[in-house]
Amino acid sequence: MAKEYKTLMTEIRLPYEISYGATWTRFFEGMAEKKIYGTKCGRCNRVLVPARSFCPRCFVDTTDWVEAGQQGTLTAWSYVSYRYFGMPTEPPFISALLRLDGTDVDFLHMMGGFDMSDFEQTRKIVKNGMKLRAVWKDERQGHILDIKYFEPA
Amino acid sequence: MSKRVAIVSVAQNAGAESADNFYDQAYRVAREALDKAGLTREELGTVVTASSDIFHGGISCANSYYWETTGAFLKNASRQDGESLFAFFYGVMRILSGQYDTALVMALCKGSENPPNDACTLMFADPFYQRPVGLTETTAAALQMRLYMEKYGVTREQCAKVAVKNLDNARRNPYAHRKGDYTVEAVLNSGMLADPLTELEAAPKSEGMVALVLATEEKAKKLTDKPVWFKGYGSSLDAFFLGDRDLLNGQLGNAAARAYKMAGIGDPGKQIDLAEVTEPYAFQELMWYEDLGFCGRGEGGKFLDSGATAANGSLPVNVSGGVLANNPYVSRGLQRIVEATLQIRGEAGQRQVDKQVKTALAHGTHGFAGQCHAVAIIGS
Ligand SMILES: [Zn+2]
Repeated sequence: MAKEYKTLMTEIRLPYEISYGATWTRFFEGMAEKKIYGTKCGRCNRVLVPARSFCPRCFVDTTDWVEAGQQGTLTAWSYVSYRYFGMPTEPPFISALLRLDGTDVDFLHMMGGFDMSDFEQTRKIVKNGMKLRAVWKDERQGHILDIKYFEPA
Repeated sequence: MSKRVAIVSVAQNAGAESADNFYDQAYRVAREALDKAGLTREELGTVVTASSDIFHGGISCANSYYWETTGAFLKNASRQDGESLFAFFYGVMRILSGQYDTALVMALCKGSENPPNDACTLMFADPFYQRPVGLTETTAAALQMRLYMEKYGVTREQCAKVAVKNLDNARRNPYAHRKGDYTVEAVLNSGMLADPLTELEAAPKSEGMVALVLATEEKAKKLTDKPVWFKGYGSSLDAFFLGDRDLLNGQLGNAAARAYKMAGIGDPGKQIDLAEVTEPYAFQELMWYEDLGFCGRGEGGKFLDSGATAANGSLPVNVSGGVLANNPYVSRGLQRIVEATLQIRGEAGQRQVDKQVKTALAHGTHGFAGQCHAVAIIGS
């Protein structure tokens, strides 16, 4: 857009090398093996997913590794129609929180596996409380998007 | 509190794009706040600024712009990243330390120069888990909004009415960026962002250099005949991972309880005359009414319908137009306290409410779905 004054178009692009740490290294290695790992807090007994080295609530180290279920229950969703920098896929897509079986916090991911081009049709299918299951990519690289999406179970 | 701290002057710029560059714009607002207090730069005790330089500035380093433009260079000054109501409290603490008799608190953000809001908020998510699946403040708010509507039977129309109210209020605020006489239908049909959120239910991207001068009681009485006193402050920060949180039971209640305790407020609905809250998404204003104790849990929609929070209501909320009208991201909390100060002083121009405002509340929030909240109470 033309402006009455001079502007500078600029971009900051810098490389960072960010450590996963031991706990998330193991969690993401699990992704490559189609496993979703959580850790259990020995004080509040909650299973946290993705795995954490400590429980933020109790502020103590977690004690046990637990494999979370591949199925879960939808707890919150939004039909995302706007485009934004870094969006995970072309809209529309469904951003979702789900409670994986055997865990005590919600897992953030996306829903898919059905035609969601029409919102009104989608709204008839997607309901909080519905059961979902993970659908994995064939080629996995230890990334959160090794799970393509969660589809209605 | 044994010692009292006063706001003695305030200044802000308009939210729409300005032809001034960052440097000049920041200087003019800081200069205005000092001039109104009758202070020279040399007399000013200390400075606390709030900003988010990489994402909401693109200038990489606070030192490049802020020390000079806010009069802070050569001083014992400090800077805070993120929501500016936190910086307000740091300024109050600096006065209470006994080391300074005046402090300039200033928030700096020039939204018109920045990428779209969510290009920045996506970067607030961690790079391993939440960012790759696309978490932004808008998608987080949309998840929260549907939960809120489903749990309490709040309607989309009630949520849209917040935008109708605030954008109408903004028509009387010369600093507001987005304003207009919208209908509920117009808000609902303004384009879907992330269902159930529409475009007019999400805040714009605005400019906001916002400043205020704080002083000790003794100094304040020399600088102004209308001091506005600091009464209380509280903040609370929730867990980072969205899935760890109860999105319908956030931390604003805790932040408010801490501020009310410090200010000696037992019945906020009766003791607070006016509130300015940070509502980046329309429905959140309804949730915040509940968390602030203005109405019961799940009753935010009804409270709005009652007219209580209208500009002429019993507890006006966002007479300025709020953040839906003006969203200088980091500066929005400090802007709420500036607006509340103007109402207490009777200097809010066309947007001045009819009733006398003795005690006012200012609220700031940042993070996904209201992860972090701050509440300040000020009064005459
Ligand atoms: Zn625990």
